[in-house]
Amino acid sequence: MKILNAVLGATALAALSLFSASANAQGYPERQITMVVPFSAGGPTDTVTRLVAESMSKDLGQQIIVENVGGAGGTLGAARVANAEPDGYTLLLHHIGMATSATLYRKLPYDTLNAFEYVGLVTEVPMTLLARKDMEATDLKGLIDYAKANQDKVTVANAGIGAASHLCGMLFMSAIETSLVTVPYKGTGPAMTDLLGGQVDIMCDQTTNTTKQIQAGTVKAYAVTSPERLDVLKDLPTVKEAGLPQMEVGIWHGIYAPKGTPKEAIDKLSKALQVALKDPNVAARFVELGTKPSPEADATPEALKAKLEGEIARWKPVIEAAGQYAD
Amino acid sequence: MDLLNNLALGFSTASSLANLFFCLIGVLLGTLIGVLPGIGPTATIAMLLPITFQLEPVSSLIMLAGIYYGAQYGGSTTAILINLPGESSSAVTAIDGYQMARKGKAGAALAIAALGSFFAGTVSTFLVAIFAPPLTEIALQFGAAEYFSLMVVGLVSSIALAHGSMVKALAMVVLGLLLGLVGTDIYTGTPRFTLGIREYSDGLNFVAVAVGVFGIAEILRNLENEKSRTVLMAKVSGLMPTKEDFKAMIAPVLRGTVIGSVLGILPGGGAILAAFASYTIEKKVSKNPQEFGQGAVAGVAGPESANNAGAQTSFIPLLTLGIPANPVMALMIGAMIIQGIVPGPNVATEQPALFWGIIASMWIGNLMLVVLNLPLIGLWVKLLTIPYYVLFPIIMAFCSIGVYSVNSNVYDLYSVAFFGLIGYVLSKLRCEPAPLLLGFVLGPLLEENLRRAMILSRGDPSTFVTRPISATLLFIAVVVLVIVFLPSVKAKREAVFQEED
Repeated sequence: MKILNAVLGATALAALSLFSASANAQGYPERQITMVVPFSAGGPTDTVTRLVAESMSKDLGQQIIVENVGGAGGTLGAARVANAEPDGYTLLLHHIGMATSATLYRKLPYDTLNAFEYVGLVTEVPMTLLARKDMEATDLKGLIDYAKANQDKVTVANAGIGAASHLCGMLFMSAIETSLVTVPYKGTGPAMTDLLGGQVDIMCDQTTNTTKQIQAGTVKAYAVTSPERLDVLKDLPTVKEAGLPQMEVGIWHGIYAPKGTPKEAIDKLSKALQVALKDPNVAARFVELGTKPSPEADATPEALKAKLEGEIARWKPVIEAAGQYAD
Repeated sequence: MDLLNNLALGFSTASSLANLFFCLIGVLLGTLIGVLPGIGPTATIAMLLPITFQLEPVSSLIMLAGIYYGAQYGGSTTAILINLPGESSSAVTAIDGYQMARKGKAGAALAIAALGSFFAGTVSTFLVAIFAPPLTEIALQFGAAEYFSLMVVGLVSSIALAHGSMVKALAMVVLGLLLGLVGTDIYTGTPRFTLGIREYSDGLNFVAVAVGVFGIAEILRNLENEKSRTVLMAKVSGLMPTKEDFKAMIAPVLRGTVIGSVLGILPGGGAILAAFASYTIEKKVSKNPQEFGQGAVAGVAGPESANNAGAQTSFIPLLTLGIPANPVMALMIGAMIIQGIVPGPNVATEQPALFWGIIASMWIGNLMLVVLNLPLIGLWVKLLTIPYYVLFPIIMAFCSIGVYSVNSNVYDLYSVAFFGLIGYVLSKLRCEPAPLLLGFVLGPLLEENLRRAMILSRGDPSTFVTRPISATLLFIAVVVLVIVFLPSVKAKREAVFQEED
């Protein structure tokens, strides 16, 4: 049925393009498309992009090339796309950092809300709240009590300013209204190593990085930040169940195009994204990464726009309260 | 017997047809770039990094590792034949190897180098296999304080054993440390020394700096004496060393293997330090020290074994701690991260096939090198006859493509050009670029761990001496410093370097 839909859709699009071949952008795409990932190759975001891009290529009938433009918390890649020709041939796949960098960076070379067109949401990766293996607290409530009682001693690790673990750590502190000792690292690897070795107390990071450790029992897990429990970690309560609903958060990924990209191109891209997210191969790999594709209703320009606006508003007070900026 | 099981797993992984193939490509390419002056394993691995995305993690790391120790071999070939060390670690080999070649014993010298390296490679492969897992156990006890002290040991040793002027080596390390400050401070988010250029907010690109100070500077330097660069196709006759040669090489090879294995583990040292240390010791224990510099067998066998053993064991800190022992290892970490493998204490348990496969491939690669190296000498030397006006533009083009492809950042290319000029000026001033690069790599780690240790100890500096591992490491650093500054050692050290000039 899905395949039939895709075929019908493709046929319809092909027919449409035949009728209006002369009109600008209606024959889109006529050549290969570049999708910029604002992070280095090999990370979770890069993997998500490559999976989705490959599947979208099939639907669009043109190759999507993934280009890694890493640096400055993803703002270099975003800036490149913001300034690119708005012809639908340069796209951006960015995660929650698109919203948080609007506050984390006080001098951005682009206006986050007005520099882009929206294609749709791709996926939302949940986070897990962890502590070192020998932490006394047995549940989230116990952990909060412990943190409040020892607030000048309890350390919270993160993978650097703007990283998912940094955002989640700030959210935790803001949710329990307690300021703990923040210990930044360069990347998740060393932070996780120190958590394993018991050098730091608490860390909150994406399931992509933590599921293996939780399963191996090398760290203590307290809650997952998604609305429902995860299949791979069935015993782990959600933050809502554990009594901290304000901590519900996901590392959402969306696809953007430069402002002024023709609506026809955007519509085709959204459609291709929706098809790609139903691709069983994409879904299977997403599960391996500890996440799942966004539902079709979210893979739309409207949903992504609403998400971005909502998240900028949500993170602004959290980041300002922490008083830590990236420039 | 866990060790045997593990080795069996490693050999079955490494001897799959695909992995043997990539191992062969790696050592071939490594030998090739080792023979070519100006393009080293650092630039080559950087260039090949994007290609490795398409490969299996094991295959790509086996290939990159092959490039690394292949380069050690190739470098000695040109060092012996034409007194042109293709690699800095084979600079020592050139001293006596070239003299042997001039006396018509080129074949013997090459064979001694190859066999000594193979022996050292075999021994150190097993050392890696035996000692890597226990080191993994210790690794988790390494907190910020321990890492800080470890970096201190690495920096101190790199100054102590650098060749040439110690003051200049120190200056280079400091310059490297300062360059390492460029970028965003991870504790406050404040950009430092970025000149307002956001492209530098993550710091200077390591590959760009390395390609600049080594690759581009080397090309500029070579262009200077284009005319004097003649290939002396010294006669390569009588491949096998004589009985006396064999006798003379056994002890130096054994000593070189031990020295190389130990120094290879130290971050910031590796193969280069090992070769120099071995040469110094061989000269000290020799009954005929006057032979050194005139074609002494021990002067080739010792350093060659040492640099190969060091090249091998420098994988231990990479595989068990995730710390780079040298710039090439830093690139290997990049390659692992690209493959989604976070290097750290858990690589051995999480990825046993990868871990043991790499170790086994080291031995297989060494075997391939012995088989390849001797018959191919004639071909390697021919490569050097490519005119520089053809060779250099090609090298520069490859370097630029390699650097740009890492982050698609044009500012990285500006860095290459700038550091190429800096590297050339430094070489004119007889300053070594190696300590600079080590300072550049270790500096940020040093600062990061110092500050993290202070945060964790709530501002109490005694954390560095009250934690036993940290205290031990700091003690080692002090011992190394004392040895270097002991007058007698200092005099010996200088004597060695004078001959090298």
